[in-house]
Amino acid sequence: MALLKDGKIADDIYQDVSQDSIVPVIGPVIVSLDQWDAHRASLVNRKDPLGIVLGSDEKAESIAADLAHFDLVALEFPKFRDGRAYSTARLLRSRYGYKGELRAVGDVLLEQLHFMSRVGFNSFLVKSDDAVSDWETAAADITVWYQPTGDGRPSVIELRHKHGSKSAAG
Amino acid sequence: MYRYDEFDACLVTERVEQFRRQTERRLGGELTEDQFKPLRLMNGLYLQLHAYMLRINVPYGVLSSRQLRQLAHIARKYDKGYGHFTTRQNMQFNWIKLQDAPDALADLAAVEMHGIQSSGNCVRNTTSDQYAGVARDEIADPRVYCEIIRQWSTLHPEFSFLPRKFKIAVTGSPNDRAAVKVHDIGLRMHRNAAGEPGFEVIVGGGQGRTPFVGKTIRDWLAPDDLLTYLDAILRVYNLDGRRDNMYKARIKILVHQIGADEFRRRVDAEWEHIRTEEPQLPQAEIDRINAYFAPPAYAQLDDQPALLAEQRAKNQSFDAWVAANIAEHKVPGYAIVNISLKSLRLPPGDMTAAQMDALAELADKYSFGELRVNHRQNLVLPDVEQSMLQELWTALQKLDLATPNIGHVSDIIACPGLDYCALANARSIPLAQEINRRYQDMDRVHEIGHLTINISGCMNACGHHHVGHIGILGVDKKGKEFYQFTLGGSSDQNASLGDRTGPGFAAEDAVDALETILNTYLQVRDKGERFLDTYRRVGMQPFKEALYGTA
Repeated sequence: MALLKDGKIADDIYQDVSQDSIVPVIGPVIVSLDQWDAHRASLVNRKDPLGIVLGSDEKAESIAADLAHFDLVALEFPKFRDGRAYSTARLLRSRYGYKGELRAVGDVLLEQLHFMSRVGFNSFLVKSDDAVSDWETAAADITVWYQPTGDGRPSVIELRHKHGSKSAAG
Repeated sequence: MYRYDEFDACLVTERVEQFRRQTERRLGGELTEDQFKPLRLMNGLYLQLHAYMLRINVPYGVLSSRQLRQLAHIARKYDKGYGHFTTRQNMQFNWIKLQDAPDALADLAAVEMHGIQSSGNCVRNTTSDQYAGVARDEIADPRVYCEIIRQWSTLHPEFSFLPRKFKIAVTGSPNDRAAVKVHDIGLRMHRNAAGEPGFEVIVGGGQGRTPFVGKTIRDWLAPDDLLTYLDAILRVYNLDGRRDNMYKARIKILVHQIGADEFRRRVDAEWEHIRTEEPQLPQAEIDRINAYFAPPAYAQLDDQPALLAEQRAKNQSFDAWVAANIAEHKVPGYAIVNISLKSLRLPPGDMTAAQMDALAELADKYSFGELRVNHRQNLVLPDVEQSMLQELWTALQKLDLATPNIGHVSDIIACPGLDYCALANARSIPLAQEINRRYQDMDRVHEIGHLTINISGCMNACGHHHVGHIGILGVDKKGKEFYQFTLGGSSDQNASLGDRTGPGFAAEDAVDALETILNTYLQVRDKGERFLDTYRRVGMQPFKEALYGTA
């Protein structure tokens, strides 16, 4: 696996312990929602960065009030076809104001990069056999977006009416 | 009609180049078929029984003569010289080679067309009334909002991996020609108490193996709230729709399982947030798009009842064509001309490249260069001067495009069926052609009157059999094709699902069974009563007895 973060290959400092029975005392970890609910009192006192992973059936609301405790939120794509995490990501960013690292994990394919980055993901755990250069190409494939998603990039409607598009041909 | 600006053009061009790279990776072996499949599907490329099939969107059914010529070019260069219009205002080419697909898409992009999202679990081509902008009964032009929805739904970051495919239809008239009640979302334009146009929002309609007529979740929605409200519906569906079983993943199942009231509550709760988080549709953008749909330069004319009456009295064939194929235009002196793609010579909805080129020329000459595609697999010339109808009819006859059967027994919707489709259980096209052959006597056809016959080759219902006045469903029974009949379906503003008559009929008996149904109708109908109205009045009993005998 390779971690692509903010457009570059990065070291993954986190240990994913979400499937483990014991959470190590030190070091950056990623926990599950169940672990967070069960060990919240001890987890909030950790010095090291803390991440949480949500399954595709776990909702943004379940951590909305706790977001200040997390340096990383990972959303799982059990299959690339399962698109629930796109909505979860948008809710975390635009409704609940989450500003930290938002990571896509699971069945993460090159062709989803555009969609994922536009709904607020900024890091991607990808299979290492995907060449990094392909990801760089993919990131530049499509430069035009109709939808406002609150990711800072202007939508086509905003571009049209900011610059004053040429009038209709009728 | 709408024309791409630099942003629309840029997106479609980038998409073609992206697909070209993906196709090269597939052909070079870097991508497996499994990995490539979702990519090609998102660009409209299916793998069918015999070859790749390319499905192209004709957005909300509006087609220019230039675009039709390009479709003819694609049919000739990359296919076998013909194309097929579907029930969703799409055109399908059935014999595309994989290595040619990027070039075909580039040729399409050159005339502002594409196959983006004509497949996959995303928002598909938004469909509408083929008479939009010219219908006499229209409240407001639905094309404006269809184009807004087309742009909003194209490569939507949040809604490109929905539980299942998603179809939106819009009508601007009280007489629904767009079948909005059997779509995932149907939008029906009407005026509120203050006289302002807005949308009734209908959700959860659909056909397939579990058909439903949609439920109204909002009586009136202001146009500038359209996109935020659609976002709310799609978000609820994306998060709450079933993903455990693809046959239960459409929004209609969610709406049915939680109920329309609970669905409305969830949408409204979501919408209350979204309205504060996202911009409304700016009036400047509505105005910008609206300007593209300004009416063409109509001449100041009067209606021509005397001239038409004289021409019709002199020519029985012309008379039959006018009676069946012409609809009222909102502008005096003009007519809407329906072009039947249900002649005997070609499968329903098929058109040769030569016909496309010739019809494009007629559109230029008689209809401001514009055509429409309807969901019954026919075409429309929307703006023809009444005084030119006979001249146009003469030209259409030479092209085998003047069959006078619109809305009649031989104007049959048929899916591609087992002749092409990998999902089908039975053939649809041969049955449609056999019915057409049986009903060649136009006096008899017009005696039977207004009737829709819809044929599907499997329970996925691409041929809309549930909502045909007479629906025919092909099934496979121990390796043999059988056809089940349903009666009383309708996709208009009084939408209903047909009722099954009983056991199906073997292929060789199916047309006789249809004839029995129609003879029964002719016996029991009141004078001037349509088949559908007779069925609704008398019910199944007489038809059942005629088909199966009294038990």
